[in-house]
Amino acid sequence: MSTEVIRLTAPLSDPDAERLRAGQQVLISGIIYTGRDAAHKKLVELLDRGEELPVDLNGQIIYYVGPAPAKPGRVIGSAGPTTSGRMDAYTPRLLAAGLKAMIGKGARSEEVKEAMKKYKAVYLAAVGGAGALIARSIKKARVVAYPELGAEAVFELVVEDFPAIVVNDVWGGDLYLEGRKKYAILKE
Amino acid sequence: MAGLCQEANFQLGADVLAAFEKGLQEETAPAGKDIFRQLLENARIAREESVPMCQDTGFAVVFVEIGQDVHITGGDLYAAINEGVSKGYREGYLRKSILNHPFERQNTGDNTPAVIHCRLVPGDQLKITVAPKGGGSENMSGLKMLKPAEGVAGVKKFVVEQVSFAGPNPCPPIIVGVGIGGTFEKAALLAKEALLRPVGQKNPRPEIAQLEEELLTEINQLGIGPQGLGGRVTALAVHVEVYAVHMASLPVAVNINCHAARHKSITL
Repeated sequence: MSTEVIRLTAPLSDPDAERLRAGQQVLISGIIYTGRDAAHKKLVELLDRGEELPVDLNGQIIYYVGPAPAKPGRVIGSAGPTTSGRMDAYTPRLLAAGLKAMIGKGARSEEVKEAMKKYKAVYLAAVGGAGALIARSIKKARVVAYPELGAEAVFELVVEDFPAIVVNDVWGGDLYLEGRKKYAILKE
Repeated sequence: MAGLCQEANFQLGADVLAAFEKGLQEETAPAGKDIFRQLLENARIAREESVPMCQDTGFAVVFVEIGQDVHITGGDLYAAINEGVSKGYREGYLRKSILNHPFERQNTGDNTPAVIHCRLVPGDQLKITVAPKGGGSENMSGLKMLKPAEGVAGVKKFVVEQVSFAGPNPCPPIIVGVGIGGTFEKAALLAKEALLRPVGQKNPRPEIAQLEEELLTEINQLGIGPQGLGGRVTALAVHVEVYAVHMASLPVAVNINCHAARHKSITL
């Protein structure tokens, strides 16, 4: 695994996504958006009706997170990734709409992996369960859609050096499969 | 009650922290080692700043051991527990993750109701344990009614397959709770109770302690590793509980806990 850390500024361009490889560590700065299953369902319903999305997804990064409420004087509560597989049913539609990267934890479906190759998008993992640590890289947070969903609303986050690791690159690389294969002890 | 909910979410137990230190030593994958360092740092921040270690502050699973000489007065015990959960989650800035109905899916706004398990025990004390349970690892749990002929080998196969299937999803390094025997619901409850044991404490029955050891070894040969990035430490511990069983049955339940193995108790 590469120890070189890649700095990314969100939103991302196609070349930004294309130069990433599974296993690389990245630090993201800029603006990213949050979304979980409930918000994804609403976004895809808008696409189905041919209506405009509350956020233009071109080049954007969606972080799968339902943050804890902010304590007084804080920007946000603990904010680690949730399981990405729950978004798989909706993801190819959002990739087609220009989404360039997703941050979460856990494996993606074959359909999503194929769509990532097709639309030149990447999947990044943040450390699940390290929500207190990750919250330190979030400098601003505001709700931009679906406030009625509470923790599941779409937030716009301003992040600085948000740490993640590339799991799926646009070339078909898959860290979960490669890492597991490397460390599995084969039983004959 | 409210304090227990908050403490459980802010303060990771010494047993789990010790298991992280051990994992950091045993893990050979550089990325895996780095995960252990981040988890130790995360636990420190949560404790020092009184913020939840994970944004998923869980379903409040509450175990109550009621001494049979105790007489509870002044109202409904279940209502009192839920009131405590509500206060704890609201005042502690914990996330409210509970929805009213599997299909209506409206947030109840205060993380109630709790899942409450009461048990009568001898004595005159009341012991309450709060074990907030995250959704990601709960979703990777499973139960199977095996044929008795499948025996220990069948149980091991199912447990290892379940962990293998879960892969990176339940936030490894995990703790695996296994319930074997009883009925369908008893096996599930045993698996949950197994997670309440201090991490790595063995079952007092030598043959079950042996099974725990063998399962841990096999699981850590899967290569999943911390956060599923590849490595040797997929599970920190396997805890197995057993119960008497019907002659026709061999139920086995696997309840997976993420590394945020949270629980706090109080005895009144």
